[in-house]
Amino acid sequence: MIYHDMEPALNAFDFAPVWLTLRLATTTTLLLLLMGTPLAWWLARTSSWLKIPVGAVVAMPLVLPPTVLGFYLLMTLGPQGPVGQLTQTLGLGTLPFTFAGLVVGSVLYSLPFVVQPIQNAFEALGSRPLEVASTLRASPWDRFFSIAVPLARPGFLTATILGFAHTVGEFGVVLMIGGNIPGATRVLSVAIYDHVEAMEYAQAHWLAGGMLLFSFLVLLALYGFGQRTQRVGP
Amino acid sequence: MSGLSARFSLVLGDFRLNASFDAPGKGVTALFGNSGSGKTTVLRCLAGLERAPDGYLAVNGEIWQDENNGFFLPTHRRPLGYVFQEASLFPHLNVRRNLEYGWKRIPAAERRVSFEQAVELVGIGQLLDHNPAHLSGGERQRVAIARALLSSPRLLLMDEPLAALDLASKKDILPYLERLHDELSIPVIYVSHSPDEVARLADHMVLMDRGKTVAHGQLHAILARLDLPLAHGDEAGVVLDTVIGGHDDDFHLTRLDYSGGSINVARQPHAPGHPMRLRIHARDVSLALGRHDDSSILNILPAQVVEIADENPSQVMVKLDTGGIPLLARVTRKSCAVLKLQPGTNVFAQVKSVALLG
Repeated sequence: MIYHDMEPALNAFDFAPVWLTLRLATTTTLLLLLMGTPLAWWLARTSSWLKIPVGAVVAMPLVLPPTVLGFYLLMTLGPQGPVGQLTQTLGLGTLPFTFAGLVVGSVLYSLPFVVQPIQNAFEALGSRPLEVASTLRASPWDRFFSIAVPLARPGFLTATILGFAHTVGEFGVVLMIGGNIPGATRVLSVAIYDHVEAMEYAQAHWLAGGMLLFSFLVLLALYGFGQRTQRVGP
Repeated sequence: MSGLSARFSLVLGDFRLNASFDAPGKGVTALFGNSGSGKTTVLRCLAGLERAPDGYLAVNGEIWQDENNGFFLPTHRRPLGYVFQEASLFPHLNVRRNLEYGWKRIPAAERRVSFEQAVELVGIGQLLDHNPAHLSGGERQRVAIARALLSSPRLLLMDEPLAALDLASKKDILPYLERLHDELSIPVIYVSHSPDEVARLADHMVLMDRGKTVAHGQLHAILARLDLPLAHGDEAGVVLDTVIGGHDDDFHLTRLDYSGGSINVARQPHAPGHPMRLRIHARDVSLALGRHDDSSILNILPAQVVEIADENPSQVMVKLDTGGIPLLARVTRKSCAVLKLQPGTNVFAQVKSVALLG
């Protein structure tokens, strides 16, 4: 009976990859919003010649095979790499095959998905609203938080959705830099791959189907929220 | 030291600005010139949105910019109000919160305009809870004006606030601008390329041409300067600031007095003593050596010829003095010769029509 076949699978169902993935995606998205916002602001408003090279570096993960990014990260963060030696000197050990290493990889890999929508939203603002605010006594920081951020809200929403979803879905980078350590670096996409390798299709189904439903619900909620706030306004 | 004193030189691409002018510490100064003459750039320099490398600006005794001493006050530290050509209301805030934006950012002790005053002055009491997207162009611009006033500016800058509006909205907003003129005791710099707006609103004028300030002075003096292009062409004319002297209810007329004499116009609804501004076009003024009481022309002012300039092969422009206030008359070269007009000649100026500017 199918029912009997599935019962042990359900009992043995391992939620660890699910929680790990959610933790990774949330941490990555928050870090990216924190670091990506000033970067996007600078890219949107600078007239420096650095704008183009920095913009190109930010966009690299869009075209680079994830395994290439993962490989170089492994080299850089590993025991022999420059960053790896630094972290060892600081007594932090090495980052590969740890959760922190996964976060570093994910942040780099999802960077353009967060920076670009925010940058586009800041660019679409133009300088007029900020000039108006400055004639109304708003200091540069004040202008940023009272005018630029609220007006760029759709960009932040898109950035959050894309950053989160892209981190949940990544595979190549995490496999290279995180490996497959249960509870530490074994995220959903890797777990699904393992199950399929081991011909455990039932478990693979549960994880894959759950992912599908979860992704849909998150997007539905966020898009719905975006729609509503656009209609009502303050 | 009262008044505004400004000097800016700036190169933006292939545009060179070289502006230097003074303006009184009170009243409306029109910054007038063709499009591309640099009016808006001057306004942006005054606001600190553009930084002229060797600029100097003092407003009623306070230095805002003095690059020779390395001093530049950033825009958000200058107590000014700026009304842009497009109202530029913040789209994420409703009208009330737009109005409060600048108001909240100045210390309570420095607020000289109350929220209610500003709202009442531009008549936007019913709009406070509206979203800017749902306002008409005229309403938006009125909100922008109130928003600027609520930051209690010591200098008000207005960049063609009517230019982006249709005729109906212009008519709707002009009376409010006139009230501003009458009720504000701060200098207002008003950028415009419309002679009508300038004639209605300004007391003082800075004339700009291709990035340079060509002339500055009192409006009625600048309008009558024969060496400037404004005193030539069909639209040439002067403004007179008069007060209502009395009414003639038999003939339904109102007498307006100024230092050069009296002008009769159709009965006005205001009491004696009420100020009225008139515009008299040079094309509507003819000259006679004697006072002809047998003519149908009602308004005849004794005047003295000050200066004569060629207008075109058949016409000349005559600048007259009426009680210290200049008047322009456009007459034919032939009449000029027949009447033997020359500087110093006493004449009578016959005014065929006047435009009341309110």
